[in-house]
Amino acid sequence: MIEARRLTKVFHDRRKGEIRGSDAVSFRVDPGTIYGLLGANGAGKTTTLRLLATLLKPTSGTAVVAGHDVAREPDKVRANVGFLAASTALYARLTAREMIAYFGRLNGIDGAALRERVRFLADELDMHDFLDRRCDKLSTGMKQKTSIARTLIHDPQVMIFDEPTLGLDVMSARAIVRFVRECRSRGKTVIYSTHVMSEAEKLCDVIGIIHAGALRAEGTLAELRARTGEADLEECFVKIVAPGGAA
Amino acid sequence: MSWRSIGTIYAKELRESLRDRRTLISMIVIPTFIMPALIIGVGKIASSVVTKARAEIPRIMIIGGEDSPGIRSDIEKTGKFRIVAASADWKTLISDKKIRVAVEIPPGFEKALGTGSAPAITLYNYEGELKSGLAEEELSDFFARLRSRTTASLLAARGLPATYARPFEVAHTNVAPPEKRGGNLLGGVVPYFIVIICLMGAMYPAMELTAGEKERGTMETLLCCPVYRTYIVLGKFLMVLTGSLTAVVLSLVSLGGSVLLAGMAMGPGVGAQPAPVGGALTFDPLGILGVLAMVLPVSVLFSALVFSISLFAKSIKEAGSYLTPLAFIVILPCSMGLIPGIELNFHLALVPIVNISLVCKEMLSGVWHWGYIAVIFGSTAVYAGAALGLAVWMFRREDVIFRT
Repeated sequence: MIEARRLTKVFHDRRKGEIRGSDAVSFRVDPGTIYGLLGANGAGKTTTLRLLATLLKPTSGTAVVAGHDVAREPDKVRANVGFLAASTALYARLTAREMIAYFGRLNGIDGAALRERVRFLADELDMHDFLDRRCDKLSTGMKQKTSIARTLIHDPQVMIFDEPTLGLDVMSARAIVRFVRECRSRGKTVIYSTHVMSEAEKLCDVIGIIHAGALRAEGTLAELRARTGEADLEECFVKIVAPGGAA
Repeated sequence: MSWRSIGTIYAKELRESLRDRRTLISMIVIPTFIMPALIIGVGKIASSVVTKARAEIPRIMIIGGEDSPGIRSDIEKTGKFRIVAASADWKTLISDKKIRVAVEIPPGFEKALGTGSAPAITLYNYEGELKSGLAEEELSDFFARLRSRTTASLLAARGLPATYARPFEVAHTNVAPPEKRGGNLLGGVVPYFIVIICLMGAMYPAMELTAGEKERGTMETLLCCPVYRTYIVLGKFLMVLTGSLTAVVLSLVSLGGSVLLAGMAMGPGVGAQPAPVGGALTFDPLGILGVLAMVLPVSVLFSALVFSISLFAKSIKEAGSYLTPLAFIVILPCSMGLIPGIELNFHLALVPIVNISLVCKEMLSGVWHWGYIAVIFGSTAVYAGAALGLAVWMFRREDVIFRT
C-alpha cells in the first residue's frame, strides 16, 4: 500500500528561485491496484515517484510505503519497492545474470536462495538464452527483461514505474505493459507514471492528474470523464490542467 | 557498519573495472612501464647521447695566436680537436654548431709565458650545449696543464721547488654512503612520479564510478537499493583506492626491478644496497617500503578528492575537465622534491604532497627522521579522512547526485 500525505518537495534554483517539484500531493494506492500518475513533462511525476522510492527526501509532508515512512525508514521502504524507469539503466560490463545477482545481494539475498531466485526469474521472463551475455551486447527487449528481473529480484510489495516505456519500440513497450498488469494480478501495489494517454487508459484503475507539482484531479477513468464532461482522456486532461480547469 | 554491502559493491566495481580496457591501462599498464621507461630507457638514451658527444672530435677555431705557433701546435698534437681556419663569423659558427669553441690567443702570448706575465686566453662557447661544453672543458684542461708546466719551469729557473707555488694539497673524501648519493638523485625524481601515478591510478576509476554512473543512468538504479549511501560511497571509494594503490605498487615493484636490472647491465655502483661505492642509481631498498607506507594515506587523500570532484560532474567529460587542473595543482608541490637544497622541517611536514615528496627523498637516501615521518603520516591521514568525509557528504546531497 502507498499513502502520500501532502508530499512536498521544494528545489532551490539560483536563477529560477524556488521550484515546487511536488506540491502537497496526497493519494492512496491499495494492493492489486494500478495508480496512474498522468502529467506533462516537468509536471512533477518523477519527483513524486523519487520521493516515494526515497531517492529524494520530502521538504514537508510524508508518505507511507509498504507500511514504512519514507522519511524515517527509507531503507525499509527501498527493501519493499521495485523501481523501474526509463532512466534506470544496466551495467554494461556485467552479464544479465551478474546484474540481477548484484541487486539480489544488495537486497540481502545470497547463496542458494539467490541462485534459485535468478533461475526462477530467468524461467519466468524467458531469459536463459542471454543470461550470461554482457548487458552492452543485449537487444532493447533483452535489456528490458533484465531490468524487470532486477526490480523483481527481492519480490517487492510495491512497484513504481516512471515512464518505463519511454523511447521503446511497440513490442518492448507492450512487454512492459503486460508485466505491469501481471504485477497487479499478483496483488502488488503499482504506481505508474506516464504522459501517454492511451497507456493510462489501458492500464490504470485510478488516475491522478498532476500539473505544476500539484495533484489536480483523481479518480477512475469514468469519474474523470463525468467530472469534465469529455469522453476522451486527452480532452479530460487538457480541461483539468487548464488555468481554472475542472479540478 | 555493513561490510557485506560495502564488500558487494566493491566486488562488483572491481569486476567491472577489470573488464574495462581504459581502467586497466591507467591502473596497470602505465604504472608498470613508466619506471623502466624512465630509468632504463631515458637513462640509456642520456648515456648514449653523452658517450656519443664525448667520442666526437670537436671542431674548434683559433683566433689570433699567429705569433704563438708552439701553442697552436700543442693543441693540434693532443689529437682531441679539429682546428678550422679562422674567420670573422666565429660567433655565428658557434651558434650554428658548425664549430664548438673558439680560442682567442692574444698577441705575444707564447713569448710572455717565459716571463710569467702572459695575457689572458679567452674561450668562447655556447653555454647549455653539451658538445660545446665538453670541448670547452677539454680546452680548459689543456690550458690548465700548460699553466702547471709553465709554473714548474719558472720555479725551476729560480731554483725553487714545484711545491713553492702549491704549498699544500686539498684532499676530497666522500662520507655519504652510496645509497645516500644515489637516493638524492633518485629520491627527487621517484616521489614525483609516484605521487603523479598515485593520482592517475585513482582518476579513471573515480570518473567511471561516479560521473560515469550518472551519465549512463545506473546511479539511480543503484540508489533504489536498501543500502545506506555511506556504504555505497565506501564500496566505490575502495575501488578507486585499489586503482591508486595498484598503480603505486606496480610502479614501485617495477622501479625496484628496473634498478636491479640496470645494476646488472651497467655493473658496480648501480642498484640496491649493498652495491659498491660510486653508484648514481644506488638507493636504500628499505626506502621503497617506506615510500609505499607513506603513499598509503596520500592514496586515500587523492582517491577521496578525485571521487568527490568526479561525483559533482554530470559526465565523464565534465569530470575530466575538473580533474586535469588538479593534476597540475599536484605537480607543483611534487616538484619541490626536485629542487636541490630544500630540506624537510616541521612546517613543511604539515604541507600535503610537499611533505611526502621530501620524506620519500630522504627515505630512499637511507635517512629516517622518525619524528617527521610520524607527523607526515598523521597529518596526511587527517587530510585523507577529511577528504573521505567530503565524499560521503557530497554523495548524500540530492543536488549533487541528481545534478542534470
